[in-house]
Amino acid sequence: MDDQTSVILSRYPRGHRDCLIPILQDIQQEYGYLSESSVTEISRYLGLPSSKIFGLATFYNQFRFEPRGRFHIRICHGTSCHVSSASEIIKELGKKLRIAPGEISRDGMFSLELVACMGACHLAPLMQVNDNYHTKLDSGSINDIIDSYIEGED
Amino acid sequence: MIVQIEVNNKIIKARKGETIMSALSSAGIMIPSICSMKDFTPTGACRMCVVEVEGRQGLVPSCSQPVSEWMNIKTHSPRVVKSRKTIVELLLSNHPDDCLYCERNGNCELQILAEELNVRERRIMGKKNKYKLDHSSPSIVRDPAKCILCGRCVRVCEEKLSVFAIDFVNRGNRTLIGTAFNKDLNFSSCINCGQCIMVCPTGALFEKDSLPEIEDALNNPEKTVIVQYAPSVGVSLAEEFGIRQGKDISGLINAALRKIGFDRIFDTAFAADIAVVEMANELLSLKGNKDRRPLISGSCPAWVKFAEQWYPDLLPAMSSCKSPQQILGAILKSRYPGVSGIDAATVYSVAVAPCTAKKFEAQREEMTKKGLSDIDAVITTRELAKLIKLYGIDMNQIEPEAADEPYGIRSSAGKLFGASGGMAEGIIRSLPYAAGAKEPSRIKYQELRGGRGRKEAEIRIGKTTYRFAVINGMSDAVNLIEEIQAGKCEYDFIEIMACAGGCVNGGGQPIGTGDNAVRTRVKALYGIDEKETIRCAHKNPEIKELYDNYLGSPMSEKCKSLLHTSYSERKVLL
Repeated sequence: MDDQTSVILSRYPRGHRDCLIPILQDIQQEYGYLSESSVTEISRYLGLPSSKIFGLATFYNQFRFEPRGRFHIRICHGTSCHVSSASEIIKELGKKLRIAPGEISRDGMFSLELVACMGACHLAPLMQVNDNYHTKLDSGSINDIIDSYIEGED
Repeated sequence: MIVQIEVNNKIIKARKGETIMSALSSAGIMIPSICSMKDFTPTGACRMCVVEVEGRQGLVPSCSQPVSEWMNIKTHSPRVVKSRKTIVELLLSNHPDDCLYCERNGNCELQILAEELNVRERRIMGKKNKYKLDHSSPSIVRDPAKCILCGRCVRVCEEKLSVFAIDFVNRGNRTLIGTAFNKDLNFSSCINCGQCIMVCPTGALFEKDSLPEIEDALNNPEKTVIVQYAPSVGVSLAEEFGIRQGKDISGLINAALRKIGFDRIFDTAFAADIAVVEMANELLSLKGNKDRRPLISGSCPAWVKFAEQWYPDLLPAMSSCKSPQQILGAILKSRYPGVSGIDAATVYSVAVAPCTAKKFEAQREEMTKKGLSDIDAVITTRELAKLIKLYGIDMNQIEPEAADEPYGIRSSAGKLFGASGGMAEGIIRSLPYAAGAKEPSRIKYQELRGGRGRKEAEIRIGKTTYRFAVINGMSDAVNLIEEIQAGKCEYDFIEIMACAGGCVNGGGQPIGTGDNAVRTRVKALYGIDEKETIRCAHKNPEIKELYDNYLGSPMSEKCKSLLHTSYSERKVLL
């Protein structure tokens, strides 16, 4: 077992299935996603079948099952962003990155996540790339923003 | 206590505490339902069974609401009927429109509901479900597009089988039934028992079709196509042809198979007799060996996979004897070509089983010798019915015929393998003989019969007592395994069958015939046993011949290489 996973699990009592959600949150915090191996570990620790854990985790939007890219993009699709045509931005991002929300690009550079609201409605529509915020977006600006990250890495 | 309730302006009696649905059904009023299942706690999820109860604002699900004194119920008021109809219309709104090509056409609960509620136009248009078909399992095909999310498969898998292979995945209108990480079924902990197929109301779950390859073999003049059918098939197939439930139609099956063009027809019960002799001797040889106690049967392929996944530490205790289907398969490709003068490579061996896990078993690597697999194709009872219909055979008009010799001869002990407890009863009958006695001490073991989860019997041979246990269904097995692991198990032999009731209730049996059908099948098997003259496996003359002239003694090296196997831990996503 991965050391970090066992450290996280050891904070919770063995076999207590009511601890499942906090454990999943901690694991995701640590690794950025829930991997097959970590779900198997949790399953063994709590005595809970992995199909049940997967079923529960997919019920919530907060859990992801693919690793994050080096640049994790969170794009807001809350009410304010939606009325400021966030859908267009999301479409544009999908076209540029060739991934759908919840996925990661093949080179592992970008991953995309839809979030409900980031609490900055006066700056809508907005997205967060790692710790940077890009606000008052329009579909024309997406290309340049993404390119700046690609160039920054080169 | 009896209470009175008013239903549709008529007063009926009901037992206090029973659900409205059960009271109504005793009064002859049918309430449609999708999610409710007998012997399961109600969930009230599908809302098909709603009724109007005076004084209650919303409609009440009758499957979960207990009756109370002077409840005033309307079961078919316009409001109720409209609500039910809307549910069906909504279920159909995203359902594929390919009824004609559907596995369950004519035997689909959704189709029947739509008909009963007179849904005759598409009022609600939805986007059609589009999912890929999961063909990965050798036994079960999943078509999520046809799933109506009733959850019955999830509950059977969880509560009856303790397998937990599938669950509800995602949320809201994106919900579907899936395995962990949405993997294909063959990566999951599915044990292929097929009980999910038995409860699926639509065509979302069905067995993998093996008929085309069998037709190819039948049409190939170079192939000698040999078929064997399992003990419980003979007492189950009648239902598919409107013949009396539970009637033993083995004779008719022989005739039909011959008309279809199978070159030889044998009875799997013959090989069950061999399995009895082998296991009885294996049991005797292990007495006193503390490490390999108890001996656990390995004839149920669903149970074998269950053990390989969760309890690999139990595998050394598993009987090495193959299942009857595989034993006969092995003999058909080793001994039979020698006596009949056909080339083993041209033999195409088909097995008819009441089970979907048998399809999985037949393609296991262990079941192949020198590049020839023991069994080439397995079809379920349902597929056999299809095959008979395909070849236009009228089961009501043909005359019964006998199976072929030599492997069509069986004792009734072999036939009992079809019911839970039958294998143990067969072994217990033959055990004294294997230990050197001439006659069995007793024939009938009533304590090993019936529907209880765990059944026990014991037999004394000389100074030693052998304790037998029969586990009837997977959920009861889990309790017993815990006892074994804690060192508290006192049994010498344990028979485990994944499906409650045994193979008569297998996942390949006719769908929708219910508990009563299963009971009549069991009754038929024991009825055959009562009338039979050869009731002990070791008295089967053809078995004697086979041991004398080919296999040698039971558990000989030849037997071990042909009829025995071993199992190892299986890594799946648990």
